[in-house]
Amino acid sequence: MSDFFEFFTRFLPDLLKGASMTLLLTAEGLAAGFVLGLLATLTRSYGNKFWRGVAIGYIELFRGTPLLVQLFLIYYGLPGLGITLSRELSAFLALGLNSGAYQAEYLRGSILAIGDNQMMAGRSIGMSKWKTIWHVILPQALRLAIPAWSNEPVSLLKSTGVVFLIAIPELMAKAKSIAAKTYDPIGSYIAVAIIYLAMVYLLDAMLKWLERASRIPGFEMEGRKA
Amino acid sequence: MTDSILEARKLTKIYGSNVIFKDIDLKVAEGETIVIIGPSGTGKSTLLRCMNLLTKADNGQIFLDGKEITAPDYNEDQVRQQIGMVFQNFLLFNHLTALDNVMIGLTKVKKLPKEQAREKAMEELKRVGLADRADHYPGQLSGGQQQRVGIARALAMDPRVMLFDEPTSALDPELIGEVLGVMEKLARDRMTMLVVTHEMGFAREVADRIVFMEKGHIVEEGSPDDLFYHPKHDRTREFLWKITELYGKKEKEAGGNP
Amino acid sequence: MLSNFISYILQGTATTIAVTLIALPSGLLVGLLLALLHTYGGKVANRFAAAYSLLMRSVPPIVLLFILYFILSGNLINLNEFWAGSLSLGIVSSAYQMEILRGALLSVGSGQMTAARAVGMSRLQAIQHILLPQALRLAIPPWSNEASIVLKDSSLVYALGVPEILRRAQQLSATTQQPFLAYGTAALIYFVLVFAVNRGLDYLSERTKLPTHP
Repeated sequence: MSDFFEFFTRFLPDLLKGASMTLLLTAEGLAAGFVLGLLATLTRSYGNKFWRGVAIGYIELFRGTPLLVQLFLIYYGLPGLGITLSRELSAFLALGLNSGAYQAEYLRGSILAIGDNQMMAGRSIGMSKWKTIWHVILPQALRLAIPAWSNEPVSLLKSTGVVFLIAIPELMAKAKSIAAKTYDPIGSYIAVAIIYLAMVYLLDAMLKWLERASRIPGFEMEGRKA
Repeated sequence: MTDSILEARKLTKIYGSNVIFKDIDLKVAEGETIVIIGPSGTGKSTLLRCMNLLTKADNGQIFLDGKEITAPDYNEDQVRQQIGMVFQNFLLFNHLTALDNVMIGLTKVKKLPKEQAREKAMEELKRVGLADRADHYPGQLSGGQQQRVGIARALAMDPRVMLFDEPTSALDPELIGEVLGVMEKLARDRMTMLVVTHEMGFAREVADRIVFMEKGHIVEEGSPDDLFYHPKHDRTREFLWKITELYGKKEKEAGGNP
Repeated sequence: MLSNFISYILQGTATTIAVTLIALPSGLLVGLLLALLHTYGGKVANRFAAAYSLLMRSVPPIVLLFILYFILSGNLINLNEFWAGSLSLGIVSSAYQMEILRGALLSVGSGQMTAARAVGMSRLQAIQHILLPQALRLAIPPWSNEASIVLKDSSLVYALGVPEILRRAQQLSATTQQPFLAYGTAALIYFVLVFAVNRGLDYLSERTKLPTHP
């Protein structure tokens, strides 16, 4: 046990460097995914037939295939079409596109829950369709989506673990190099697991706080079944 | 009354600092129908659940056919086979047809061969007038029908006593009659029954003895005549006055059941 | 040329399916056991199951996969990549499957247990004949989601060198110099598999639904 502690502290600086890369990837992916998800879900709910089809195609394709395959298709596959992207950009794109498809689904649930009546009410006072979406639907839908959406940051944080397979220097990559140095793979990966645990725990606490702070009494998804 | 089938002595139930009932003495004789009445939250349902050991009493003893079933190493499952129970919210097994609901105790607990169990189960369904609904799932039956299946399920085990825990209070008024009808028939056939209910008509017509419980105590017990027309305690009188006020209307709507 | 390409990647598909078919049931078995311990076990069992679930679900599957793989293919137990990888994925999935089953058992409700005990069944009989048949039905839709997650996560055993779809695609990409075609085909196969799993389980859910009033 004390051996492990020594091991852990010895590599801690290196591991923390990896962890900050992991957090950066998570933050970037989450932000890109939010924009993409919002666009996709609005297009799906309010776009014309063609764009609706595009949005559904994007969401289903990225939810129906593994992130690792998406990552490889972007980093190794696209050069076959003459598009060559850096590792970092490929990882960013894969995480963003993947997360966007899931975030679209969380938002869709809350847009459906708000229903057509709010749209009707907005149109009835002379707002345009997109104005109503911006001023009436979204402020409600985004708030309503928070409880379901709050799973996504943790889920994405855990997903970033695969990008070391295209040699991005995040936590898993550090674990791999420490394992090679020390010939102790189990110890290295357990050390990394502990760091992931700490990050997930903190992120979870932050999201719980966000959920509580944003709650409006009587305005919850569960309370709107009728 | 030496031939009591089921007997509680000094039975006490406490939740935390909350005394549900205390020092209850109750004897149920062979073939007798006892109705327990009283305000909500007086521990009637908990008393019933203690009688077949679904809830553990904190103090006191229970005897079934003279044997103490509250003894530490007594086989509870054995006891419950001999004490049938009918629940307020039916609690049919949702994944089984009416027939299978009645059969499952016979095949899994009594280990009867399937054919024999089926025959017996059909008999019980006939007894509650639901032979034609044997293949229906609980979700396809009305509340009244579900409760009759619940009664058949309990009867199939050939219990020594039947406990009824407010069997009609979850039912729409027009469905109460069919359940009370089945219970009345059982009483006439001299099934031993202990019933918690707010149906005063049923209590008056069918009960051999009525027990009035309030705040965890038995205030008064006696024949329906004694209790309804010559109550000894003011509390009893007050309660009966209130309840006829409340439920008198409902009974009329139920379509002239007692 | 093209038929070689297809038959090569289809062998990988068979491996992916095999990994999933080992991981899912083993995860179900462990998950079921833990769900029962959590719901009906004593205080210690309950705590243990809860801690297991929280720990396993807080660490990325790929990290757990590596830890478990090195344990299962070490000196004590010595399984090959295929078996160590598949069983590791199963253990990862067990915590998620436990939560699904726990939720299902909870929503069947305690009344069914009471009713079963009232006809004289023991706790075990009640769980076996009354609680589980209902809980497993309720669990099908969320379980279908978990099944497609395990199918997608099976791509992680690529990192252990198991020749599943992605590994085959990588090899094809190298030999044919057609990376987009190779990885695109891999993605398409996954998409079809996930679609098939979801549809198949939808059908199962529909078939096992209990009838209600028309």
